[in-house]
Parts: sequence; structure tokens; C-alpha cells
Amino acid sequence: MARSRSSAVRGVRLTPTDHLRRTPLHELHVEAGAKLVAFAGWQMPVQYSGVIDEHDAVRRRAGLFDVSHMGQLLVRGPGARDFLQRVTCNDLARLGPGRAQYNALTTPAGTFVDDLLVYVLGEREYLLVINAANAAKDLAWLAQHARGVEGEIEDVSSAWALLSLQGPQAAPTLEPLVSRAVLELRYYRFARAAVSGTACIVSRTGYTGEDGFEIYAPPAEAPRLWREILAAGAPLGVVPAGLGARDTLRLEARMALYGSDIDETTTVLEADLGWIVKLDKGEFVGREVLARQARDGVSRKLVGFELLGRGIARHGHPVLVEGKTVGRVTSGTHSPTLRKSIGLAYLPVEHADAGREFAVEIRGRSEPARVVPTPFYRRPR
Amino acid sequence: MYPTDRRYSKEHEWIAVEGEAARLGITDFAQQELGDIVFVELPEVGRKVVAGDTLGTVESVKAVSEIYAPVGGVVVERNDALAERPELINSDPHGAGWYCKLRLEQPAEIDGLLDAAAYARIIA
Repeated sequence: MARSRSSAVRGVRLTPTDHLRRTPLHELHVEAGAKLVAFAGWQMPVQYSGVIDEHDAVRRRAGLFDVSHMGQLLVRGPGARDFLQRVTCNDLARLGPGRAQYNALTTPAGTFVDDLLVYVLGEREYLLVINAANAAKDLAWLAQHARGVEGEIEDVSSAWALLSLQGPQAAPTLEPLVSRAVLELRYYRFARAAVSGTACIVSRTGYTGEDGFEIYAPPAEAPRLWREILAAGAPLGVVPAGLGARDTLRLEARMALYGSDIDETTTVLEADLGWIVKLDKGEFVGREVLARQARDGVSRKLVGFELLGRGIARHGHPVLVEGKTVGRVTSGTHSPTLRKSIGLAYLPVEHADAGREFAVEIRGRSEPARVVPTPFYRRPR
Repeated sequence: MYPTDRRYSKEHEWIAVEGEAARLGITDFAQQELGDIVFVELPEVGRKVVAGDTLGTVESVKAVSEIYAPVGGVVVERNDALAERPELINSDPHGAGWYCKLRLEQPAEIDGLLDAAAYARIIA
């Protein structure tokens, strides 16, 4: 068997980690025997009991994720809204305080600097929640485009730990710890609210396709909140869940991952995220290219597929149409819920319709695949 | 902790002699490192290998790992149960999760592998 990189057994890694950052919940993960890996410069739990176990727990009960590595930027001032309208593709115009929105920072080519959530804290105050790997890049990009804007941009990432509770039992789990108002938050809304007596921001958002809550908490209180949420959820079968399950869950729900499915070479329309592109909102970086693509159509499209035979498609595997390589798999895995191999890939638009068959080259073998509609999984309502 | 009725390779395989053939698989340490196994590629029966050849692969949610022949021989049996239930490797890596059987080219080659105590030391 290929040699693994570490020689330790139970979650304590002997590989050098001094250069990696740790979240406020690090000690709890070590205590729980989590397998820790380096991710975007952080030491993060990839699994506790097992990826499939945790994946199934989230779908059937609930799982608690530590995603404190994500970045948070505060953008505020009289010019804040107009500025954000200019550098993103979605429309903030009719969003009042308490609303969250999935959005993207776009390049002049209509491609992704990052995908993110924008929280409207007030008419002049916005919290941007961004990918850990892009934190420095996004801040620099925003600063560069903010010249002359009345307001300020502040990196507040270290002010927040982020706990994400996802699954059908998320609300019952939180019930003893929060007010009724929190449990009644609608999807993509948030509130400043107490969780077990601690002032937090709680939003009805997530990255798994299940119901859930994301809890922005002061780092000093995060370990206590983690323990209390797991204690409240124990009778319901709630477990801690790591980045491994986070990836299989989000892929089943067809949620894009920056760096795999979307990046500075893929436009928002090619990524089939047209629903966050609001060409009529006014000028924004990349609008011209996106308007042209909206008018003329895109030449390639990010589609979902499943493998018809055996094997698992992975990021980077070549995608073939009629024997010719036309692209690569951007994300792929064995889907624990659907029990089949699924993935995303950019295909030439003429081959992108559901039902179209093509091939994925896996370790020298051509494996048949078929375009399928997404999301692959939708939660029962 | 590691069964003493078999030998081990540095690549985390075990191999147990059964008459003229030997059954092999990956160790408990290996399955823990890999995580949930979701797909297994088995060698064709009849395939001839020398020590170090890739027999096939074991794939977890996150990664693919190659299985190497710890000694030379011919594949005489493969554990087809793994096609439907790859998770057997996680739940019973030293028993029901066996990978394949080889008819050994040179039975003495096994003696060059690690015993249970030596293997336990390298993973400690």
C-alpha cells in the first residue's frame, strides 16, 4: 500500500505543524481524536468517527462543524453599499438588515475572485464571509477597488469563531440554547442573538443542503459553546463533523468549491450560477463580459454527472467526448447518500444536456459517465 | 495486537500462508489511515506478479492507494465481496476484508517480511 505521510495513529500528527494556524476549537478536536490536516494554512479536523459516518449523521440527524478558519471582512461607511454593488455580481439593493446573500467578487473577465456570503448588518455595514484560502487576496482586491470610497474595510476574522450546525435535528438541538426567534429565522436570514447566554450572530445558512445554523461566536466562548451544543444534541445523535464530510455533503447539494469548481478562469455563467448575476442592477466589474455571455450563450458549462460503471471520478481526471479530451473533472467523489460516483465538470455546451453520455479517464481507463440534473440530492421537505 | 500468524510489509500489507497459497490484505493501521473505503480494484485471477508490483487499488473517500504485492506469485483468488462491500476492509481488515490470494513463486520470500512485533514497532 502506498506509504502515508504520517506515522501516527490516533489523530495526533507528527508532521511539522508549527506554521499552521489553529482555530479556537483546536484542543477539542485533539481531545476527540480527530484526524487533523493542513488546509489553507490551518490545522483542521478532516474527520472524527469517519467521513461516511459523519455525512450520514448530517443527513439524518445533525453534525457540528468548526469552520472558524473562514475569513470575515467588515465593509462599512456611507459608500459601502455602492462599493459592494460595484465589485460583486449579485444585487444588494433590496436587502435590509438581517438578510444574507450568496454572491461573488468578480474580475473584469466575469470570473471569480471569490464566492462569499454578504450579511447586511445595516444600511452602511456589511459582513463578508469569505474562503479561508482567499482571505488575503480578497482584502487586497477590495482595497484596490475601494480607492476614493467613503468608508473602511476591516479584517475581523480573528474576532469570530464559526460553528456550523447542520441537519434535520439542528433546530431541536439548539432549542435549549437559543430564543424562539432564532429557531424561527428563515433561510438566509440572520440575527444578533444569544447562544447559551453568549452574544453571537446566528444565520440560517449552511453548505450541506440540510437545514442548519451558522453561529459566529467570540473565540473565547467557542469551546464552551461547542461542548454545550454537542451535549444538547447527544440524545439526538448529533456528532462533530469534519472537512471530509463537509466536502461530500456540499457536492451532493451541488455547491461550488472555490479552487476546484470555480476560480479566476471560470465565469459565473459558465459555472451555471446565473441566478446570482443581476445584470440590471447597474455597473459592476465583469458586467460587460457576463452580459455578452448572457446574450450569446456560454461555450462551456459546469454540469453534474454520474459514473455509469465503477470507479470514482476525481478533480483533474480528463473528460472525453467522442474520444477527445474536452476538459477535466472539477470535483468528484463517491456519494454516501446516493451510493454512486458523482462529480462536476465543465463540458462544451453542446454536450452539456442532461442525459448526454461521455467518458472520464481514470488511471488510464475510460469510464462511461452521464450528465445528470443537479443538485444530486435535495432534502425532503 | 497484530496477529502473529502472518507477516507484514513496510507498505502496510499483511500476508498469511495457507498451504501453497497466501492470503493478503491491508493492515488495521492502513485502513485507519485511509478512512472510509468506497471502492476496491482487484487484480485478475491468473495475473503473475513480482514483489513490488501493483496488484490494484483501494480507494477511500479522499484518496486512492495502491496495493503492492509483498512477494512474487500468481493471483489465484480475489475477494469479490469487496465489490459490493468495500467497507469490509475497514470493519475487518485482517479477516473478511482480505484482498486476494497468491500462489507463491518462492515461499521463502515471506521470511524477508516483518513479523507482528516488528510491524507494530514501525507504526508506533
